[in-house]
Amino acid sequence: MSFQPLPDVTDDSAAFWQGGVDGVLRIHRCRQCSTWFHPPTPVCPECLSMDVGPEATSGRATVQGFSVNMQPWAPDMEVPYVVAVVSVTDAPGVQLTTRLVDVSPDAVTVGMLVEVIFQHVDDIYLPLFRPVIEPSEAS
Amino acid sequence: MNTNRYLGQRIGERDAVISGIGRSVVGRKLGRTGLSLTVESALRAIEDAGLSRDDIDGLSTYPGMMNASPGMSPCGVTDVQDALRLKLNWFSGGGETPAQLGAVFNAVAAVAAGLANHVLVFRTVTESSAQTAHRRASVVGSGGDRIGGPMQWMVPFHAVSAANWVGIYAQRYMHDYGLSREQLGQIPLNQRRHAARYDEAIFREPLSMDDYLGARMVSWPLGLYDCDIPCDGSCALVVSRADAAPDLKQVVRIDAIGSALTGRNSWDQRADLTETAAHDCTKMMWARTDLTIDDVDTVQLYDGFSFLTITWLEALGFFPKGEAGPWLEAGESRIGIGGEVPLNTNGGQLSGGRLHGYGYLYEACAQLRGDATGRQVEGAEVAVVGAGGGPLGGCMILTKDR
Ligand SMILES: [Zn+2]
Repeated sequence: MSFQPLPDVTDDSAAFWQGGVDGVLRIHRCRQCSTWFHPPTPVCPECLSMDVGPEATSGRATVQGFSVNMQPWAPDMEVPYVVAVVSVTDAPGVQLTTRLVDVSPDAVTVGMLVEVIFQHVDDIYLPLFRPVIEPSEAS
Repeated sequence: MNTNRYLGQRIGERDAVISGIGRSVVGRKLGRTGLSLTVESALRAIEDAGLSRDDIDGLSTYPGMMNASPGMSPCGVTDVQDALRLKLNWFSGGGETPAQLGAVFNAVAAVAAGLANHVLVFRTVTESSAQTAHRRASVVGSGGDRIGGPMQWMVPFHAVSAANWVGIYAQRYMHDYGLSREQLGQIPLNQRRHAARYDEAIFREPLSMDDYLGARMVSWPLGLYDCDIPCDGSCALVVSRADAAPDLKQVVRIDAIGSALTGRNSWDQRADLTETAAHDCTKMMWARTDLTIDDVDTVQLYDGFSFLTITWLEALGFFPKGEAGPWLEAGESRIGIGGEVPLNTNGGQLSGGRLHGYGYLYEACAQLRGDATGRQVEGAEVAVVGAGGGPLGGCMILTKDR
């Protein structure tokens, strides 16, 4: 089996880790003051309301920073690959660490628009991201 | 009423001093147990302070015994208390602190609170031997269990190494401010020059810019020489009540501590990906001292990765935000011994070995005491030590006894 550590799913994090079952990236949001936040916790970090829960996003995001990993950290790891921090378009203030796929490391830039693509492993749907292909660019 | 959030009722850290320091032999694959190295450094620190084992009534360590991470922390409070049969009034060991120096801050707080008179503080690593034995890099998640806590947000995406997390920060800084690999390389080159002057550093052969640029990439933009080296070794110190230190001639004063965490405790949620917890804790340190950056004679700043040193230098205020590149270009005349801001005069962790924060503290004390043979900063009276990176950091401004 290839190197693929998985997260421990809790009541707080289930919607994030398993939202991909219907293809939706879900981020926690306060129902009182509308603040988005991550990681998912049972309380709004702004108004301290506990009336919070996951909400659907478009799954689009912007690359804020990235690193091209060249070193295989486990025997069955394929390199290079691109790890990145992306900001979720619909959820101001929320950033995710992720891996970028379907893109050459040389083509990644800060500000690049990306969209979620889920990798299904066991009961987890890992939100990876790939460049958004605008309809005009697709042929 | 005091409106400065960083000032308490008093600057209690001035009630404590660093009365003694000790280092075990430090090297690669020493094949000794952590406890053996710890006893060596501890006994040296106690003797250096002019104290005896029976004077030690406090014990503090970071991050406490860690069975799950081979070599990261092979012994803790329980091992050392028992091995030395210490009679303790106060003790503490753990990792949820303002980075590595948190165990020192705890010791200072215990002394200032009157819970102990002489606290032995230690940090021990056997990562080099452990990696040889287990052929295992410091990779989170290689155990096969499900991951909880902060690591779960990074490791499943193969962001498994701190090289990846710091690499993202370095990339963004380069993007925003034009920092080049050559400019970043001034940090490892500087540390290697200093290691050559210190016979207890690990990597002492000359390192050229061509060597640096030509080395293999680990996680772009960080290459091999941007990453520190695992080692075996132990550092210890004694934190004493200021009026109980036996030898006032050699004590190092703690003018102020910076232990603040005001931003997100996370590698990926900070709004500005070029800033770290160093930016939080340095604000607190400067707020608690009358000393200024112009008073600082030497800095010993975390270089587990070269870029982290840039975040410390910038957070301390040595250059305006974003201007690390041009500032570092001056190289030796800027950060060398004899330069404007002598940096990591013992070779840092990049060339000296990953003593995980405590090598910097040991070196700062050696400099202030005038004991840094072969690498002494002339007339050093004020030093800043900063350890940690990303979500956690802690710093101190230390002075020679005057
Ligand atoms: Zn709210």
